[in-house]
Amino acid sequence: MTTTAAAPTALPARHYLNEQEGVKSWLLTTDHKRIALLYLFSITAFFFLGGFFALLIRLQLLTPTGALMDSDTYNKVFTMHGVIMVFFFLIPSIPATLGNFLLPIMIGAKDLAFPKINLLSWYIYVLGGLFALAALIGGGVDTGWTFYTPYSSMSSNSRVLTAGVGIFITGFSSILTGLNFIVTTHRMRAPGMTWFRLPLFVWAQYATSLIMVLGTPVIAITVLLMAFERVLRVGIFDPSIGGDPVLFQHLFWFYSHPAVYIMVLPGMGVISELIASGARKNVFGYSFVAFSSLAIAIIGFLVWGHHMFVAGQTAYAGLVFSIITYLVGVPSAVKTFNWTATLYKGSISYDTPTLYAFGFIGLFLIGGLTGLFLAAIGLDIHLTDTYFVVAHFHYIMVGGTLMAYLGGLHFWWPKISGRLYPDAWARLSAVLVFAGFNLTFLPQFVAGYIGMPRRYAMYPPEFQVYNILSTAGATILGAGYLFPMIYLTWSWFYGKPAGDNPWGSKGLEWETTSPPPTFNFDTTPIVTEATHQYGHHEEVKVV
Amino acid sequence: MAPSIPIFPEQASTLASRVDNLYFFMLATSGFFAVLVTVLVVFFAIKYRRRHPDEHGEPIHGSLALELIWTGIPFIIAMVMFVWGASVYFALVRVPEQALDVYAVGKQWMWKFQHREGQREINELHVPVNTPIRVIMTSEDVLHDLFFPAFRTKMDALPGRYTQLWFTATKTGTFHIFCAEYCGTRHSGMIGHVTVMTQADYENWLGGGSAGGSLADKGQQLFSQFACITCHRSDAQGRGPVLNGLLGSTVHLANGNTLTADAAYVRESILNPTAKVVTGFQPIMPTFQGQVTEEQILALTEYIKSLPAAAAGSGGTGGAGASPAPPTPGPTK
Amino acid sequence: MSDAALTQGLHAAHHPRQMHHFDSMAQQKETATFGMWVFLVTEIMFFGGMFAAYMLYRMWYFPGFAAASSELDITLGGTNTVVLIGSSLTVAMAVHAAQLGKRNQTVWLLIATGVLGVVFLVIKYFEYKVKFAGHHLPDGGMIWLFPGREFQLGPFIYGGFDVSQSPELAPIASQVRIFMVIYFALTGMHALHMIIGIGILAVILRMAIRGEFSKEWHIPVEIFGLYWHFVDIVWIFLFPLLYLVHRHG
Repeated sequence: MTTTAAAPTALPARHYLNEQEGVKSWLLTTDHKRIALLYLFSITAFFFLGGFFALLIRLQLLTPTGALMDSDTYNKVFTMHGVIMVFFFLIPSIPATLGNFLLPIMIGAKDLAFPKINLLSWYIYVLGGLFALAALIGGGVDTGWTFYTPYSSMSSNSRVLTAGVGIFITGFSSILTGLNFIVTTHRMRAPGMTWFRLPLFVWAQYATSLIMVLGTPVIAITVLLMAFERVLRVGIFDPSIGGDPVLFQHLFWFYSHPAVYIMVLPGMGVISELIASGARKNVFGYSFVAFSSLAIAIIGFLVWGHHMFVAGQTAYAGLVFSIITYLVGVPSAVKTFNWTATLYKGSISYDTPTLYAFGFIGLFLIGGLTGLFLAAIGLDIHLTDTYFVVAHFHYIMVGGTLMAYLGGLHFWWPKISGRLYPDAWARLSAVLVFAGFNLTFLPQFVAGYIGMPRRYAMYPPEFQVYNILSTAGATILGAGYLFPMIYLTWSWFYGKPAGDNPWGSKGLEWETTSPPPTFNFDTTPIVTEATHQYGHHEEVKVV
Repeated sequence: MAPSIPIFPEQASTLASRVDNLYFFMLATSGFFAVLVTVLVVFFAIKYRRRHPDEHGEPIHGSLALELIWTGIPFIIAMVMFVWGASVYFALVRVPEQALDVYAVGKQWMWKFQHREGQREINELHVPVNTPIRVIMTSEDVLHDLFFPAFRTKMDALPGRYTQLWFTATKTGTFHIFCAEYCGTRHSGMIGHVTVMTQADYENWLGGGSAGGSLADKGQQLFSQFACITCHRSDAQGRGPVLNGLLGSTVHLANGNTLTADAAYVRESILNPTAKVVTGFQPIMPTFQGQVTEEQILALTEYIKSLPAAAAGSGGTGGAGASPAPPTPGPTK
Repeated sequence: MSDAALTQGLHAAHHPRQMHHFDSMAQQKETATFGMWVFLVTEIMFFGGMFAAYMLYRMWYFPGFAAASSELDITLGGTNTVVLIGSSLTVAMAVHAAQLGKRNQTVWLLIATGVLGVVFLVIKYFEYKVKFAGHHLPDGGMIWLFPGREFQLGPFIYGGFDVSQSPELAPIASQVRIFMVIYFALTGMHALHMIIGIGILAVILRMAIRGEFSKEWHIPVEIFGLYWHFVDIVWIFLFPLLYLVHRHG
């Protein structure tokens, strides 16, 4: 039954947060839930750093002549914004925080398969992050987050190597997390938890982990080869000494395209959970949604050349990449329709997580559809390297992943912290984020089609009005991100106790206390039904 | 530039309207689905809002029919988009027969244009209206990209290779040129204008003349300056192959391969002569790497194109002015 | 997964080596093995990127590759191949001995594996030394680690004559340098994996000497064996690709 119980008055006596105390118990923990919080803390720090750079970008672009900073500085600012947001925020975000916290609980396990490796991956992430900070403090990098050669290997005077080392190291954090998740999902499921009873969040994490494990080593070797060229002055990518710059792009995008699916797939997994819980209804077409996660992961490895339509690859390569790019869009469409159909005859609450889920659907829709524009190779010739692309990927990564991340945080916050946050502020923030986001990035589509190129520190005056709108939106967006920082932190200490299941949701995580005990369950659950079965007589039995 | 706020770029080339039509189609289709899903979500969210705290939704498993429909229809629409996009793409990359060649060399942080008649421009390009123009480009240093928003076309300029784009401008006026591949400090300053003129005005402008003569003239001066003439005679008595009629002809290499001579082949042979040695000749040509600039190579190529075709021992079928082959991947070796 | 431990609480009786988050030794063993396989897949992708670069440049720069490859010492390379295959044999036998709970055999076979691994690295050291002395580092004069060791071409024999003596063939120098980069990148990464493997071997050897392995629990030896075999297989690919380009008789 999903009746909301009487309001709880206190947190459980013992749980994972107070089981052991002291800094050492946190820094040497092997509890996946504590590690998730370690990640939460560090990626939030990087998010605000990357966000600060975004603010600088938008301030610079308020005026066509870019009065705020000189071109060199601006080039470093947009590079650092990209590097930090992609490698140190988006890629770890949902998997390392929500995935780490929830994956074992959702499958009924006591921890991940390799808890110590889990802790190691956090330390590796921090080490990589320190190198990135060192690059920043040492003067910054100005190559763009894409590090294209020969500029990055032969021409740039900035801290390319330091940043490269940071990215190389952090990649291993990603690889180990993915490895851990794959093995956990295969080997640690509770009795009765068959593959097709898994929550869709788990399917999404699994698909993401496949990409992490297969793709990340390639960026590692790409950065290594670029570093060799820079240090040894040998021509792997620099044509003046016999290398091929397009080879760099192939190697780089072979990882970096699947990387964008590392960023968005977990978000889709979160949305499946938020919609099912928000509508108190199982997701429509469960197996189709599960398989589309896998399809996106696999097909996503075959489309990298769509970043290179004007880079000098042959026309025929371009056509192949274009058609496969259209194929990879289909599973995303399938998911969107399935989520919409889930709402039909649901019982829909307007809680904060649900609002974020609706926001995701709207924004991911625009982001995904504009991807179709870019996949049309004849149209991409005009659009590539303009603000149209910038708007497209921000719609997916910010409008998509970040909304899903915030929605997931707000959904599982009561489970993680044991406490509730102030509802009104939360809903206001969700609306602010949605409105501010659209104001920031919709004008960029227009500016891009007119021809405003990306990575410009200054621009012809006719683009100014769009830039002003964009900056205005960014301020609202920033507020929308700042408020959760404040009220979520407040709620950690002063929020009302949440109780086991404040949303009345189905799922193994809601069958245990908030916060959960260190080993997640007092006894191993036995699963007898699929996920999100509301209104059935059989329930999850905990023996 | 007009002070008003643009919401759409000018259509100034023959292909601009084709690109825009594809864009409008995409807008319409995406708009339709965006509105459809949004309306459904909002409608369901209101109609099926939770009315009391213990309520739950109806357990509906799924529907194979619906899944097939909403997989199949998007797939078909996607294929239509692909084919339309591919068709526009072919138009953008297939250069018409009688295109006027202009050369562009990108370097940090300027565009250097060379007309065959000899004019050189920096960050400015004058072209005649209603004439197909092909821009053959390369870079002296890092990646750049030549972007003409009003013509809806762009292409990366790569060091070590030639790439090309083409357009036919349909109205006179001045339009933006941007560099669209990040290239360092003054990437945002690597901009300029293309001025489209009537045929008559263009002739006048050309008639303003260039001190050094045409590009081929410059090439001829370089040909003797670098002593190419010593080995590459036109009478098949030299130690190097005859270059008359080279471009567009089939070349037989010492290693048994054959190729069609294009501008990239000429460039490689100047910078890395032993990479592709013609059959029957020794690998004795010295390299000119570091001695000759990209612009000089283009001038030399123009000169070779201008050599009269029918000479003994050339064995070629292509003539002066034959188009370079489409860019091939991989470094020039 | 139907152990008695399933329906009991956390502190039911279990093997001292069973970790708390596992329900049974069988689950723990399967998980560890599976984890090692997934890790090896990532290693394949890692080396795969370098192999891809190798393939492309070999296609484009065959003369330089052939010349450079012929300068590698095929005797040392071949010996190393035999050494590694031998070490895979000894480690497989060590795993077998561990599975049977035979402590002494396990220890000696692990020692043999380690010795062969060290032999490999020593031979590698001598190979690298020749390269350093002969100025065949792909160094463009920028690296401060080995001053005075900048790349010099030659002698490199290709097509029957010494490429370094022909100024027209100077462009081959850049091709040879690329080969050397790939050579050092591939063999260097491989050697690094060997060094790490020997380090892990030392830890496992210590556990074996102290009698920590048994028929019931010997999983570290097994997954170490998997890793070692993988490192061996990488070399089996490296050897022909690097040493045997254009070798005749």
